[in-house]
Amino acid sequence: MSRTRTERLVNLVICLLSTRRFLTAAQIAATVPGYEHDPDDPRDHEAFQRKFERDKAELRELGVPLETGTASAFDTEPGYRIAHREYALPEIPLEPDEAAAVGIAARLWRHAGLAAAASSGLAKLRAGGIDVDPQATLDMEPVVTVDPAFAPLTSAARDRRTVTFDYRVPESDDPTSRRLQPWGVVCWRGRWYVVGHDLDRQAPRCFRLSRIVGGAVRPVGAPGTFEPPGDVDLISYVARWSGPVERPGRATVLVRPGRAAGLRRWAREATSGPDGDLLVLAYADAESLAGRLVGYGPDVRVLDPPEVREAVIQRLKEIATRHDEVVVARTPV
Amino acid sequence: MTRPAQRSGASRASADRLARLLNLVPYLLARPGIAVAEAAADLGVTERQLREDLELLWVCGLPGYGPGDLIDMAFDGDTVTITYDAGIDRPLRLTPDEALALVVALRMLAETPGIANRDAIERALAKIESAAGDHADAPVAVRLPGDSDRVEALRGAVGRRRALRITYYTAARDETTERTVDPIRVSVVGGHAYLEAWCRRAESVRMFRADRIDALVELDEPAAPPAQAQLHDLSAGIFRPSADLPLVTLRVGRPARWITEYYPCERVEPDPGAGAGSGREWLVSLRVTDLDWARRFVLGLGPEVTVVSPPELAEQVRDQAAAALNAYADPADPADPAYADPAPADPGYAGPAGGTASR
Repeated sequence: MSRTRTERLVNLVICLLSTRRFLTAAQIAATVPGYEHDPDDPRDHEAFQRKFERDKAELRELGVPLETGTASAFDTEPGYRIAHREYALPEIPLEPDEAAAVGIAARLWRHAGLAAAASSGLAKLRAGGIDVDPQATLDMEPVVTVDPAFAPLTSAARDRRTVTFDYRVPESDDPTSRRLQPWGVVCWRGRWYVVGHDLDRQAPRCFRLSRIVGGAVRPVGAPGTFEPPGDVDLISYVARWSGPVERPGRATVLVRPGRAAGLRRWAREATSGPDGDLLVLAYADAESLAGRLVGYGPDVRVLDPPEVREAVIQRLKEIATRHDEVVVARTPV
Repeated sequence: MTRPAQRSGASRASADRLARLLNLVPYLLARPGIAVAEAAADLGVTERQLREDLELLWVCGLPGYGPGDLIDMAFDGDTVTITYDAGIDRPLRLTPDEALALVVALRMLAETPGIANRDAIERALAKIESAAGDHADAPVAVRLPGDSDRVEALRGAVGRRRALRITYYTAARDETTERTVDPIRVSVVGGHAYLEAWCRRAESVRMFRADRIDALVELDEPAAPPAQAQLHDLSAGIFRPSADLPLVTLRVGRPARWITEYYPCERVEPDPGAGAGSGREWLVSLRVTDLDWARRFVLGLGPEVTVVSPPELAEQVRDQAAAALNAYADPADPADPAYADPAPADPGYAGPAGGTASR
């Protein structure tokens, strides 16, 4: 965009802000510098129309609320205007500590997707008369990162637009194509999820953003095609899958003195004995506890219950056999 | 964030200029008599660029475009004052993306455990949401975990610039140690809070995960991180494997493939040696800080994972598994009914004693 185009667009905004009547393209051409042309020359007129279309698109992209309508019931041609009320950022009475918080918040995106939107938003607040101290810091700041699918999914959730994406879970060999009406995006324990209505499963589902292949999310259909449930609590949908686990089981293990520090921190009870320390561990699932215990090798021995003990022994046998094969295969004969 | 990706760089730059110009008039209107240099610095443009913007605005205005219609400004020395705004007295509303960026970031801050000025953050959030109108309803929810009291204590120590004595569990070595550290800052990365501090024992800057600090005593001496203490660049996450760390390659069965999501892996590929019907094992290569950690890791993953290389790791895994099995075969096994009563209901382990068998 050349200087003349920028100048023309600024004048167009000022002109449309100042008018209460809808102005037709012809009226605008006769008023705003830069649109001069001969309406009777078809080629010249067509060039003007293309130019005007481009300019309107440019303003809309910037977020200028361009209204269309007709000045009176007798007009057939549409006209344009900008309502100041719709255009202008409302007054935001931010106290200095609040303005500092906004400035710090905007900076959180410096490593992630919304950096440009955050800084242009902040520029508008400044233009609105708010002084944001660029030096302000909190003595602690979160580092925010987002997956590439974040931007398209938040847009789709906002526009209530159905999306499709390829979703890969590590357990399966091939991604599956999913169709989702996204209700919203959730950050939970440092990971991002999208929650919505899965059109193929006909049920609410949540998906991890990092598993969306290539971060590629394609909107399908028109905006406004669904309505999320009124009282939806996005976080609880995600928390349901990864919430705290009940651990009703109790296992007793013997730990060599000074070893298995990780297990000691986790134990419900610990008592010293002559052969080491006895720990009581709470568990939900014998197999997953067994996995954890096997990690400590001979430093930990399960005493009770038999289901955990047997699971550990079984795992150890398989591990020993499989690795024995590896080691033997490598040993030169 | 929806469309600009398709725009060319030059077109983006000029759209940015239009946005800047529409902001500039209200910006100056709110700050009569501001120095041009100060405004340029504040807006992040050069003074020359700002003067060019002002020259352009100076020929814009209301239809008629006569002297009374054009945007007007008064220069006094190095300062500038808008004397006529031609109707652009306010900046444009926030776009949906701008509202989203600010609202979500403020929610993140407000959710951060142990953050200072939470009250101001929440007030700011409410005001930005109200100004954003319909766009405030950002479809993004945030919940950051963490022990607020612990983070608050760490933050307090950083603020008071006091050295700390901490009991810290190092997962990589599975050991708990006592250290004296000089706190530098607290950060929250990937869902965990960390204390970044100079560790006098390791003589370098270390990241201590808040939930692994088992005890904390504020010492009566000032924190004195040496001048050479370098903070970590956290933009790429906490653990960035470097090429000088040992590379471990594992053959991973389907149920253990999840490790590729939780640990930064250098290579993940289907095992070319595995035939059809093998359950499609993967070859996964990752850098580890320490082979002992790798040994515990592999043992813990169970029979779904086999070490491919290095050979000494395979050997260690085999030997440890065999040694552990031996302990179960040992006739002096305390789980033997003749040896002890390990009933979990009895917390006082009394050593060898007769008792009822637990099985």
